[in-house]
Amino acid sequence: MSKILIIAEHNGTELNNATAKCVSCAAATEGSIHILVLAADGAAVAAQAAGIAGVEEVISINHANFAQVLAATQAPEIAAIAADYSHIYGPSSTFGRDLMPRVAALLGVNQVADIMSVKGPRSFQRPVYAGNAIIDVSVPEGMTIVATIRMASWAAAEGGNSAAVSKREASAETPTHSRYIGLKTEGGDLPDLQSANRVIAGGRGLGSEENFQLIYQLASKLGAGVGASRAAVDAGYVPNDMQVGQTGKIISPDLYMAFGISGAIQHVTGIKDAGTIVAINKDAEAPIFEVADIGLVGDLFSIIPEIEAAI
Amino acid sequence: MKILVGIKRVVDYNVRVRVKPDGSGVDLDGAKMSINPFDEIALEEALRLREAGKAAEVIVVSIGPNACQQQLRTGLAMGADRAIQVDTEERLQPLAVARTFLAIAEKEQPGLFIVGKQAIDDDNSQTGQMLAALWNRPQATFASEVQVEGDTATVTREVDAGLETIEIDLPAVITTDLRLNEPRFVKLPDIMKAKRKPLEVIPLSDLGVANDNTLEIEHFAPPATREKGIMVDSAEALVTELKNRGLL
Repeated sequence: MSKILIIAEHNGTELNNATAKCVSCAAATEGSIHILVLAADGAAVAAQAAGIAGVEEVISINHANFAQVLAATQAPEIAAIAADYSHIYGPSSTFGRDLMPRVAALLGVNQVADIMSVKGPRSFQRPVYAGNAIIDVSVPEGMTIVATIRMASWAAAEGGNSAAVSKREASAETPTHSRYIGLKTEGGDLPDLQSANRVIAGGRGLGSEENFQLIYQLASKLGAGVGASRAAVDAGYVPNDMQVGQTGKIISPDLYMAFGISGAIQHVTGIKDAGTIVAINKDAEAPIFEVADIGLVGDLFSIIPEIEAAI
Repeated sequence: MKILVGIKRVVDYNVRVRVKPDGSGVDLDGAKMSINPFDEIALEEALRLREAGKAAEVIVVSIGPNACQQQLRTGLAMGADRAIQVDTEERLQPLAVARTFLAIAEKEQPGLFIVGKQAIDDDNSQTGQMLAALWNRPQATFASEVQVEGDTATVTREVDAGLETIEIDLPAVITTDLRLNEPRFVKLPDIMKAKRKPLEVIPLSDLGVANDNTLEIEHFAPPATREKGIMVDSAEALVTELKNRGLL
C-alpha cells in the first residue's frame, strides 16, 4: 500500500490550488495521502489542506526558518520525514521544480518530473521534448518515488473534508547560506494566470503596450486572467510573468482566447490542455488556427469592441 | 574565482522532433545538434561575469561521447578558457549528472557552477538543484538577473508569482532562465582560436560516479492532437457560439 506525502505550496496564509491538484494525482496513485505544511505559523494553511477530499492527515511543522520558501531550507526537513513514505509529491510549479529535485538528491534517487497520468503505483506518463513525445516512466521497487505533478493535467480535488492535523517539531538542521530578499509581483488585480478559468491573451498583433489595454479591459469584463505570447513579452508590451508557452506558463483554462497571436509551437505547448481555444488573427494562414476550436479572421482592434458589445 | 558551466548536447530547438513508429524513442537521425539553449545562456552569463572582473576563468563541462566535443568547441569559441569532456557512452540521468558535476567541482573548486534551468530534450529541470543538494551549497534556480559582490550573489528568480530575489553565499549553483541574457554569436576567428584552447578528456569511470537508482523509461508515444475546430465570420457569431457552449 502506497503512503503518499504531498508538499503544500502556500504563501504563509493561503494554500495554493496546486496542492489540491497533487491530491488528485495522489488519489489516482492509490494510497493514504498526507500533506506536509512547512511554515512559520501554518495553522491557517493546515486547516485549508485538511479540507481537501481524500486527505488522511495534515502534518504541520512550524519554524521561523520556514517563514519564506527556500528549497535549501525546506529540503532537509522533507528528507528527514521521507522514510515514512513511498511517494513524495509536489507541484510542477516553480516552487515544486525548485524544491523536489533537491529532496530527491538528498534521498539519492532520480525524480519523476511532470506526471501527466498514473498507470500504476510506480508507473507514470510524462512529457519530454516540449510535449512532442510522451514517455512511460517506472520507478523500480525499493526507491522512494519523488515526483512533480503537471498542473495542466490534473483538476483540483474537491473540498468538504476535515482531516486530522498533527503538529511536529522541526528536526533537520537548516543552512544559513541562502537568504530570501523579496518578491515583486506585476499582475495587479487580475485573476492568477495559472489558475484562472478564462484567459485572454495578446500577441505581437497588439502592436504596443498602450494597445494591450484592450486585452486588460476585455479580461476584466470577463473576469479572466491575462496572458501573452513571447513575442509580446519580448517587444516589451507586458511583463514576462505573463508569458504563456514552453518557456513561460503552461495553463489549462476552460476558455483561452488568443488575440493577434500567430501560434508558434512554443506558445501552443503552453495552451494544449485548454478546454476551448479561440483564435482571432488577421492572417488566415496563422498556425494558431490549426489548434483553435473556434477561429475568427479579422482585425482585433474592431473585433474586441464588437465582442464587448455582444456579451 | 572560477566558474564552471555545464553544457549538454541536445537536438537543436528548431528541429521538429517525431516519435519513432515502434515507440523506442524519438527520431534524431541526422538532426542538427546544439548546445542546450539554457546552457548557452549559462555560459554567456559566466563570460559576462569574467568580463566584469568578477571571475578569472570560465570552464565548460559536458558529459557524453566524443560527439559532445563539438559543443565544447563552440563553448570555447564563445569565450570559455578551457573545456572538460567527461567521456561516457552511457546516457546519464540527472542524479548521475549531478554526481559527475560534483566530482568536477571538488577538483576545480569553482565559486559558481552555472547550468541551464532545464535541457530541452528530457525537460527534467533537476540537475542544478541536485548538484546543489549533493554539494551542500545554495541554489538559485530560474535566474533572470545575477549580481556577484565578493562572496555573495544576489539573484532574481522567475517564479510563478513574479520576480523573487534571494541572496546566496558562494560557492553556489545557479540555473538560468531565458531572459537572463542573449548569448553572443560566435565569430570565425574565435572558432579558429578555440581549436588551440585546452580540452581535457576524463573517462567517467575515473570519477567513481554511481549511476544507480535510475528510472526505467519504457515507451515513447506522440502527444494527443486537438481536433480541427470551426471558423466563424463575425464577433457576434463568436459570442453566440461561446454562449451556446456555456463558456460565456
